[in-house]
Amino acid sequence: MEKNIIIKVCMGTGGVASGGEEVLEKFKEMITKSGLNVKIDTKCNAQKVGCRGFCSKDVLVDVIVDDVKTTYKHIKPDMVEKIFNEHIINGVPVNEWLAGSEYNDFHNKQTKVVLSHCGDIDPEDIDSYIAVGGYNAARKAILEMSSEEIVSIIKNSNLRGRGGAGFPTGLKWELGLRIKSDVKYVICNGDEGDPGAFMDRSVMEGDPHSVIEGMIICAKATQSNYGYIYVRAEYPLAVKRLQMGIDQCYTRGFLGQNIFGSDFSFDLKIFQGAGAFVCGEATALMRSIEGKRGMPSPKLWRSAERGLWEKPTVLNNVETFANVPKIILNGANWYRKLGTDRSGGTKVFSLSGKVKNTGLVEVPLGITLREIIYDIGGGIEGGKDFKAIQTGGPSGGCIPAELLDTEVDYESLAHAGSIMGSGGMVVLDENTCMVNTAKFFLEFTQAESCGKCTPCRIGTKRMLEILERITSGKGKEGDIELLEELGNHIRATSLCGLGMTAANPVLSTLKYFRDEYIAHIKEKKCPAAVCRDLITFTIIEEKCKGCGSCKRVCPSDAIRGTRKSPHRIDKELCIKCGSCFDACKFKAILKV
Amino acid sequence: MVTLKIDGKKVTVRKLSTILDAARKLDIPIPTLCHHPELSPYGGCRLCLVEIKGSPKPVASCTTFAKDGMEVITTSPHLEKLRRTTLELLLSDHPNDCMVCERAGDCKLQELAYFYGIRENRFIGERRSYKKIDNNPFINRDMEKCILCGQCVRVCNEIQGVGAIDFAYRGLKTVISPPFEKDLNCEFCGQCVAVCPTGALTGKMWANKGRQKFKEVETICPYCGCGCNITLHIRRNKVVRVSSKEDSINGGWLCAKGRFGFSFIDHPDRLKKPLIRIVPKNQEFDSSETKKQDLLKNFKEVEWDEALNYIVTKLKEIKDRHGADSIGGFSSARCTNEENYIFQKFMRAVIGTNNVDHCARY
Ligand SMILES: Cc1cc2nc3c(=O)[nH]c(=O)nc-3n(C[C@H](O)[C@H](O)[C@H](O)COP(=O)(O)O)c2cc1C
Ligand code: SF4
Ligand code: SF4
Ligand code: FES
Repeated sequence: MEKNIIIKVCMGTGGVASGGEEVLEKFKEMITKSGLNVKIDTKCNAQKVGCRGFCSKDVLVDVIVDDVKTTYKHIKPDMVEKIFNEHIINGVPVNEWLAGSEYNDFHNKQTKVVLSHCGDIDPEDIDSYIAVGGYNAARKAILEMSSEEIVSIIKNSNLRGRGGAGFPTGLKWELGLRIKSDVKYVICNGDEGDPGAFMDRSVMEGDPHSVIEGMIICAKATQSNYGYIYVRAEYPLAVKRLQMGIDQCYTRGFLGQNIFGSDFSFDLKIFQGAGAFVCGEATALMRSIEGKRGMPSPKLWRSAERGLWEKPTVLNNVETFANVPKIILNGANWYRKLGTDRSGGTKVFSLSGKVKNTGLVEVPLGITLREIIYDIGGGIEGGKDFKAIQTGGPSGGCIPAELLDTEVDYESLAHAGSIMGSGGMVVLDENTCMVNTAKFFLEFTQAESCGKCTPCRIGTKRMLEILERITSGKGKEGDIELLEELGNHIRATSLCGLGMTAANPVLSTLKYFRDEYIAHIKEKKCPAAVCRDLITFTIIEEKCKGCGSCKRVCPSDAIRGTRKSPHRIDKELCIKCGSCFDACKFKAILKV
Repeated sequence: MVTLKIDGKKVTVRKLSTILDAARKLDIPIPTLCHHPELSPYGGCRLCLVEIKGSPKPVASCTTFAKDGMEVITTSPHLEKLRRTTLELLLSDHPNDCMVCERAGDCKLQELAYFYGIRENRFIGERRSYKKIDNNPFINRDMEKCILCGQCVRVCNEIQGVGAIDFAYRGLKTVISPPFEKDLNCEFCGQCVAVCPTGALTGKMWANKGRQKFKEVETICPYCGCGCNITLHIRRNKVVRVSSKEDSINGGWLCAKGRFGFSFIDHPDRLKKPLIRIVPKNQEFDSSETKKQDLLKNFKEVEWDEALNYIVTKLKEIKDRHGADSIGGFSSARCTNEENYIFQKFMRAVIGTNNVDHCARY
């Protein structure tokens, strides 16, 4: 009897980092070996697939036997043999390694549009993409649709830019089409500079053809013949797979002259950025392609009028483009209905921080933060209390528990003092100091300011200095007001989005967690016991058994005491590293 | 043309004019530090913010086109507060050593600090500090005083076409720098010195030569036929600095010679009177000796009348003996058109020959 068996090994960045290559090799080795020794009639192949989002459980492996899929988590090369022998040869899954119900919960509340193929198809093989309907949309757009028809579908779909600002994509394309010019450009923004974000990366690595196809459709819609994909050089796998995809398209006639046999031509190239956060800003990105320093330009002209090399240019985010083929195939209505009245479709978020299930999630717009954190994320790690969720990357704000029922869309998040940004979501629990969190994000934005405009270059630095002063116990009366004034000043006067949003982490925590700032300044205390200069470690005499564990780990010999009698910490010598706190088995050390 | 209202006054300007252009037409002052009318729009200092009726946020007037029917307000308590805070921020990263600064009294930053009465600063904090690498002969670069208006970078790229400097680093560490943070090594046209609004870029030749009691004399640059207008800054009867006004024929731009090449004026070797050769004809003299004292061993200093009479006599003699075509005349591209015209006229009409030329051809 012939069984159809497919083994899929996660080879996204998370998968590769956790040893995906080795796991895949081991499977391949087992297949060859069994083919020789064991005479069972099995058609079996092992594929590499892109990221499937659930990175905290990598390496993930799917074993599909005659369409029945079983998913394993945390697979290491030495586990492959057992899976192979028991599941593939004997047909009995290895129960103790199954991904289990949390894997299903993680996926059930999600709606996969952009990520629908990520983790299922082989990203390095165009046929794998074509087999799931790939390039049908581009073919239809090129051969059967007029530019106006494409624009009108995208407009009706309510698709909005996924790069952060949420500008209606259809309107952007309409303007791009209306402006006449011999040379026009389409650019895909794959800079993804937010630290910790990997949404666009996963799409470029796991489903690169969907981005290329989206760009081809945009080129037809705006009558542009040239395109660039701007990817940061720190994403070598994305660059490699996109380049493979482009090469395959040229061979098939999906790119280049007379694509799909039509009279339309579209050339596409990759440009590798050098990894400045600000180069994700559209105008800075175009200067960077031009070979200039990546600095935002004032918006005298829209990019659709004068963009790259002063030519009309339509620029969209990776995820925005990846949505396009599906909209063309399934229609505007389908997409619009997935989301809310104001924004159609789904959005990919990278869920991280203190939740049980971290990874990439794709949800319909309009879902609440609570659903994302508790239903998909599985709630807070270690049974702790939720404190806030920071959305939108380093320039987003922190949203407190009271607002957990906020619907996730551009306007509601902005209303709550944060932003959608490119889709970062960091969950913070009760042990987080909000002042310290704000400082952490501001450190990043102030260092990444391009230096062009005064408020962003100097203002963010001054805010950071005030925060440093507060977290080190030197906060002064009036500091809160000064932070607020400066934050609002920078927001109102900066040239580009970086400056306009840089103060969000501070302003939102000042709004929702003001008492923490006051405690730092007035009482010189950090309520979450995080800020080193404001905490003290003391040994509770009654609880101390005199075991000496703390004494042994203290790097600065600050702990005194003889065996079996209570120890003491010399405050003068203590450097507040917390080693003793972690080492004490009797919870006899107090951190306040 | 578009018509808009600024502070209640109507003004009509050409299409693609900025709000700042329109305000300047009405002579309404808007503070600016990074704007330059001849350079590409920049929008960096954020001082020129104005309010537009119906727009939620203030906009930079230097980088916003004027539109028909716009109603603009250039001053309000809110705007003045924003400008003041921006200035305070700029000054918090500035040495504030106006006492000894070359540009005191002629500095746009100082002028604005004066107008806004900024004495105390709420934002004192880390300041940029740099090691100075300044071995070039012409330009002092004190980057701690730089406000990053970018005018020097733009003038070097867009007007001079050289691109000798650009921004380096990010955040507060941002600095204008020659490649690889080496010493400046460029044409030394000094356009950057001319546009710098602060004491960050100054001329070495006029360092510590005074800031007050200058007499300005308008004249034409003697170096070439372009005839750039220059202004001599004179103190105690000495030319200390040369500059050029924006509304001049050359738009205020000069070259290295025009801007920095004026030390010949008071140089001891400078020839101020005509010389007539005294060494007999068939005797060589040592041309390697270029100091004036050495020259005088071979020449004698005479008055103009004597020199001109000598020339006339000699030319006549030659012409009588050998004919007009035995004489040829060469003038120079460094003379003005008028001077060159007169010279060829002299050769043709007075001497009577067409043997006349100069390095850029007649
Ligand atoms: C500082 C800054 C960084 C940005 N980084 C990115 C980025 O990494 N990727 C991205 O797609 N958009 C980024 N953007 C947004 C882009 O400017 C632009 O709005 C977006 O790419 C447009 O595409 P969309 O309409 O499809 O969202 C950034 C904006 C700012 C101000
Ligand atoms: S806001 Fe910041 S990043 Fe943007 S132009 Fe100004 S200095 Fe540069
Ligand atoms: S050196 Fe002068 S002109 Fe150049 S950026 Fe600094 S302040 Fe502006
Ligand atoms: S003059 Fe407009 S921003 Fe500097």
